Amino acid sequence: MSEMSRRKFIKTGSKGIALATIPIIFRANPLAALMAPGEGVNGLKDYYEHFGVNESIINQVMATALEKGGDFCDLYFQHRITNNITLEDNIVSRAFTDVALGVGIRVVREDQTGYSFTEEVSLKAMKEAAKTAANIASGNKTINSVELKLHETPSYYNIDTRWEDVGIDSKIPLLQKINDKMFSEDKRVIKSQVYFGDTNDYILIATSDGRITYDYRPQTYIYAVCNAEQDGKRENNYEMLGGRMGIEYYTPESLDGLATRAVKNTVDLFEAVKPNAGEMEVVLAAGDAGILLHEAIGHGMEADFNRRGESLFADKVGKKVAEEFVSIVDDGTLPNYRGSLNVDDEGNDTEVTYLVEKGILKTYLHDKISARHYEVNPTGNGRRESFRHRPIPRMRNTYMLNGPHEKEEIIKSVKKGLYAEKFTNGAVNIGAGDFTFYLKTGRMIEDGKLTAPVKDVNIIGNGPEVLKNMIMVGNDLKINTFGGTCGKEGQRAPVTDGLPTTKVSAITVGGVSS
Amino acid sequence: MTKYLGADEYRSLPDPKYYAGLQDKELFVYDSGYESFGSDRRVQIAREIEDTALNQSEKVVACAGYYTDACYESVKVHSNGFAGSKKSASFSVGLEVTVCDDKECRPNDFDFKTVRYIKDIPDHKKIAIASVERAFSKIGQKKIDSGKYDMIVENRARTRLLNALAGPMRARNIQQKNSCLEDKLGTKIGSDKLTIIDDPFIEYGLGSRLYDDEGMATRKRIMIEKGVLKSYYVDNYYGKKLGWEPTIGGSTNSVYEYGDKSLDDLIAMMGTGILVTGFIGGNSSASSGDFSYGIVGQLIKDGKAVHPINEMNVSGNVLDLWPKLAEVGNDPYTFSSNRRPSMYFKDIDFSGV
Repeated sequence: MSEMSRRKFIKTGSKGIALATIPIIFRANPLAALMAPGEGVNGLKDYYEHFGVNESIINQVMATALEKGGDFCDLYFQHRITNNITLEDNIVSRAFTDVALGVGIRVVREDQTGYSFTEEVSLKAMKEAAKTAANIASGNKTINSVELKLHETPSYYNIDTRWEDVGIDSKIPLLQKINDKMFSEDKRVIKSQVYFGDTNDYILIATSDGRITYDYRPQTYIYAVCNAEQDGKRENNYEMLGGRMGIEYYTPESLDGLATRAVKNTVDLFEAVKPNAGEMEVVLAAGDAGILLHEAIGHGMEADFNRRGESLFADKVGKKVAEEFVSIVDDGTLPNYRGSLNVDDEGNDTEVTYLVEKGILKTYLHDKISARHYEVNPTGNGRRESFRHRPIPRMRNTYMLNGPHEKEEIIKSVKKGLYAEKFTNGAVNIGAGDFTFYLKTGRMIEDGKLTAPVKDVNIIGNGPEVLKNMIMVGNDLKINTFGGTCGKEGQRAPVTDGLPTTKVSAITVGGVSS
Repeated sequence: MTKYLGADEYRSLPDPKYYAGLQDKELFVYDSGYESFGSDRRVQIAREIEDTALNQSEKVVACAGYYTDACYESVKVHSNGFAGSKKSASFSVGLEVTVCDDKECRPNDFDFKTVRYIKDIPDHKKIAIASVERAFSKIGQKKIDSGKYDMIVENRARTRLLNALAGPMRARNIQQKNSCLEDKLGTKIGSDKLTIIDDPFIEYGLGSRLYDDEGMATRKRIMIEKGVLKSYYVDNYYGKKLGWEPTIGGSTNSVYEYGDKSLDDLIAMMGTGILVTGFIGGNSSASSGDFSYGIVGQLIKDGKAVHPINEMNVSGNVLDLWPKLAEVGNDPYTFSSNRRPSMYFKDIDFSGV
């Protein structure tokens, strides 16, 4: 059960998606079926109607939530429709839809949280849930009626057509196209699987400090898996696409590119060897390796770990932790990226938050509770998996800004080392600072040149040490629109990350003994 | 939705013959005491865990005590004749604790123990004390030289190496040509010390069940016997695709043939080597069998712990690893459905400095 202590970063994939072998499950919610929201749900009035509530009902629930003396409370209404489709052995014979509807009620007293949720959005059920959440406090309080003021938000993920208005008949051909392309690409391909997913999320948030806000959040991915065989040897690899996009994002070119890369990623493994084990210079390729930032520094900067004194970064704010050309941000505002949010799950605006600015450690990632504790403004990092979960500080899109070096110059500077390109997953141990990320493919570097391909090794380092050891940063920042799914305290959150080409002077690479 | 899906001749309910032979056994997986287990007691246990840990030392900087219980009840009916119902409960206690040293290290430890019956919930204060001790034992952890070392994996460490073995044994991976164990049935893939039995009928077992997720009656099954691969995990759908008889879609309780040595005996046997007490990150490839995982543990010399180690990887291939299993302990870990003992392997690749 070490999940409890490790922040796992799982790419959505063979391990990330719960794929049922059951053909169809439609967990129909009668209320949700009646609502059929679609393009029509746009303004606050529509959201009230959508969830069957109004200001007076919300006020009555809040009064119950705070009757025992909580400091503040919020209500999080959510209606989520998720579709997953799988192609395997050349046919799409598996599709899965999940509809979730409910409201989560949080009551906070100092830094303690009472939380309760209900899947029935009636006044009676909500008041009952509010009573449970209220128990975090044990006094008596009558609150005045809260005047809810609409909080307007920006639009970081405009799409042409909402996913619930896109039929499965428009989606299936995308999967078939990718499958066909993979088989036509290379004779060594023996099997393929293509996974497709989309999500519609309708959110309405009301807080006892008088804010009401709403959001429609699309999310999609396509994940192409390739199995290939050569001279009796088999390899398996993948490629993916996605983000907070609509179906228009999947153009013939982008789907072909996805298929081609999935095949190339796989067949390249036939030539790959395991590197010699040990410490070496590592050049992180632009893009995928951003997972290092997520594990090495991102989690350690989440304010809850610092408030509780668990993080190695707890007393380093304002101090130099990296070279002057290292700046790392967590950004909620990138248009259509997987981790972007118009508003966080506590109703706060998102922003570009600097974790490290010119080598100096700057700002923790806050939710409302930690922002209150540190007496700063929230940074828009309060996130929750669903209405069933309390918000906690989480990353969004985490990446490093461009530095002064050229990619070629960086590779050239390495006598013997590793060029790390594609990663599948990572983990971090917050207190000790050890973090790992799993390298699926890369190349060796010898005398400044890329040489033999390498595969399947774990890389392990210490967060603060690696930050210090980033001695060259390229000017070719690449951010994946689709990163992965981050797990923390049993809650999953969509995130992504990115990096320019970066050289780390020493880090331990798994491998074989020389 | 179904009208757009491709026709799939293999997508059907199991043959009713697999529903037959349901064992009439009491598995002791539901403790009716669950219904009267009060909230006060739940909160009290979590608080006592936290208080106990925090009171061990001023150097305990953070602790979260956990208590969790759950009750599951399901009824399953198939149109071709299956009907069944089951009910189970589980109770878990645990904690995560962080200690600080004089330098810039904050090692932590966690423990989480799950049981079926209230009477078996371990003494939560003892768990807290042990976890604090384990966190302190990690102070001063460092990496050592890369190279081949003997390795002992403590029973409670996560089952990563076992998962790297079980993945390629799944019918789905075999049918999708993504398994390094295809064509290996009946052949030796491990040393004589490796015997794994899938036993769904263990009383109080966390994986015990009379029928599986598809309604098929469960049976006790030898998966690996003295290193010889005897069976795969074959579900109904992929069994049909392969033209094989289904066995079971996934493991129930994995039971190992235990040795007669304690973990301390195993450590004493080892000259120089690494005791792995936990894994961090890493992954494995079902198709090639390659694996690489981060580890924490202790450096052992002359049968004694010398200093804690971290920031190291263990790497290899499933097909090379299991023949190197030299000894198994007498200490099955009963707080998991995977009841693995501590295991001793020879000559394993570690990367560090």
